[in-house]
Amino acid sequence: MNLPEQLPVLPVVIPLVLAPISMLLPSGRAPWAWATFVSWLTFAACAFLLAAVEDVGVISYALGDWAPPLGIEYRVDLANALVLFLVSGIAAVVFPFAYRSVQLEIDARQAPFFYCALLICLTGLLGVTITGDAFNVFVFLEISSLSTYALIAMGARRDRRALTASFNYLIMGTIGASFFVIGVGLLYQATGTLNMADLHDRLAGQSNRVVDAGFAFIVVGIGLKLAMFPMHLWLPNAYAYAPSAVSAFIAATATKVAVYVLIRFIDTVFGFEFEFLGAAFTYVLLPLGLAGMFVASLVAVFQEDVKRMLAYSSVGQIGYMLLGLSFATVEGLTATLVHVFNHALMKGALFMAVACVVLRAGSHSIHAFAGLAQRMPFTTWAFIISGLSLIGVPLTTGFVSKWYLLEAAFAAGYWYAGFLIVASSLIAVLYVGRVVELMVLRPPHEDGPYAIPKRDAPLEMLIPMWLLVAANIYFGINTELTGGLAERAAEALMFTAGAGQ
Amino acid sequence: METWTDFVIARYNYWIVIILMMLGLYTVFARGNLVKKIVGLNIFQTSIFIFYITIGKVAGGTAPIYIGDELKHGHGYGDDHGDGYGEDHGEGGHGADAAQGDEAALLHAKVENDPGVNDLKSAVNQAESAGDPVEAGSLHAEPDAAMKVANDQLSGLGKAPAAPEFEIAGAAQAPDGTTLDGAYGAAEILYTNPLPHVLILTAIVVGVAGTAVGLALAVRIREAYGTIEEDELEAMDNVAEFGDAAEAASGAKA
Repeated sequence: MNLPEQLPVLPVVIPLVLAPISMLLPSGRAPWAWATFVSWLTFAACAFLLAAVEDVGVISYALGDWAPPLGIEYRVDLANALVLFLVSGIAAVVFPFAYRSVQLEIDARQAPFFYCALLICLTGLLGVTITGDAFNVFVFLEISSLSTYALIAMGARRDRRALTASFNYLIMGTIGASFFVIGVGLLYQATGTLNMADLHDRLAGQSNRVVDAGFAFIVVGIGLKLAMFPMHLWLPNAYAYAPSAVSAFIAATATKVAVYVLIRFIDTVFGFEFEFLGAAFTYVLLPLGLAGMFVASLVAVFQEDVKRMLAYSSVGQIGYMLLGLSFATVEGLTATLVHVFNHALMKGALFMAVACVVLRAGSHSIHAFAGLAQRMPFTTWAFIISGLSLIGVPLTTGFVSKWYLLEAAFAAGYWYAGFLIVASSLIAVLYVGRVVELMVLRPPHEDGPYAIPKRDAPLEMLIPMWLLVAANIYFGINTELTGGLAERAAEALMFTAGAGQ
Repeated sequence: METWTDFVIARYNYWIVIILMMLGLYTVFARGNLVKKIVGLNIFQTSIFIFYITIGKVAGGTAPIYIGDELKHGHGYGDDHGDGYGEDHGEGGHGADAAQGDEAALLHAKVENDPGVNDLKSAVNQAESAGDPVEAGSLHAEPDAAMKVANDQLSGLGKAPAAPEFEIAGAAQAPDGTTLDGAYGAAEILYTNPLPHVLILTAIVVGVAGTAVGLALAVRIREAYGTIEEDELEAMDNVAEFGDAAEAASGAKA
């Protein structure tokens, strides 16, 4: 029993076991420092795992030494190693960032619990990603969701609407997870196994109503979790009223992990031999993706609250991911994976910028952003650069995503989807441009509720935020890690899905 | 010839699941009271628990407790092993009958005798193969045939498996346990599939946690708003939102 052998289990075990300690520490800096340390440890484990997977290809880890398919298997391939790296990376940046923001927005008494819940949320997200067992996905999904409900509700100190937002999310999230469990149950009834790879083998050639119903329940269940349009109604309020650090973390990770689960189930578990899948792509994922891109982006333009605007934009961006997935080609899947990665970077940075504004202005209303360039230049430029990335301007990650997506659309013959992608990007220009215009061209409020002192955010917030902004530019220029790895991951996924033969 | 009533009646468990599921979902969406919503969610989740238990049921299968070797070698229940444990249980009068106490004792003794992990593993393997889902699926599809198979396999018991879940408890009440020996000598032991039960235990824990968080939120909402009726909450939130917007507009003009 040496450490490298146990590497695949570490991303889940480290935060899970170490999280409660942050609850026992005296309030003050200690819980935060501990949580930050744990998030870095987790990130290190995930980075090693990604490197190992890059060499070996697929790592299978039998939990408790019970061999799969009977035991629970942790199965790491390039696709989920990439998502693990992303989620733990975002955590490693958000935790150091969180301290000042949490100090302002959450009772000092609750802070240790806050860090504990955030670490457990991280555990859940990593567990969902790493596991190769269908039922285990549900358990980890609920671990992350339950802690997310609590985290969102902690925003109630600033705005009591956080409570109703959290309650609605709880109802929708639980229904989503329950639908997912029904789907897994139906698959189990049809096959007698819960291991994903084994499910794939045993489902091959099976096409009956049990499997069809299972597929439908799973897609709807995960669709609720990933805020697939039109099942997104819980998301805007949840993101808007959560504490700023929580918004930054879950906006960058939670829906991305759900997208990954959808990919995993569609490609690894069902595969293209499953006849129902083509219909689901053409009549469900493609039109819903396109509709989400337009409707949610349009709604975002009219928001008075910047956090809610970004939340609606997230729903629109999820439309791009579904679109890439629905092409059912290697290019399309690559585009989806690349966008999962890149969108996490840009949304993380954008929500962090909003958190900085909340720290100084005490509000995330769009009016607080007037004249911000004169008051908080570093925050303003972080927002502008990640905003440009959201639009898809060259030299940013957003451009890379859109490029892959356009290429995939034309290669798959969906030329009209290509035009719609460009058209919806123009809507992003509108909503990002609206804020940027306010920040750069308007004079700041001299008095009144939105007056801000001329003082930028503290360094401990600026450094993590600019790290993400720098990542936005770096991965916009050097696409080897994202594009290259995503392509290899997509090829592997498509091969198991049955398109490789 | 199967008529539609047979079709419906043979699948009564699924109808119960569907009715409960719809009741629960309807309650979640139609009720304005937050606590009633949580209760609806619980009914909905309960339907899923029943669904999973239904999947795991193998007609004529016994409780998934590993009892292979002792019985085959003619040891009676609790004669050699579980004296103290079984008797305590019976005398204590916890409502469990003696047979169940003995079963627990047997399991206890089993663990004491063979602490090796390998045995546990083989037990799981055996249970898996006994509750083979392909077989289970076919049993579900043809209830008549299922009964026949179950009858054949349990012929040694000399009883029709009307209530197979309780079969082992009923048979074990025979004082010397010979009936069981005969049964297991004649046929392979047919277990109910334990896995769905374990899964649903996990799901119940998750459900309880979700209910707890939901009710805690309802309490906090009541503290913050003074009500837990959804329409009133929505009205208050709308006022807050438009109030904000109006303030902001006047602020921008000034």
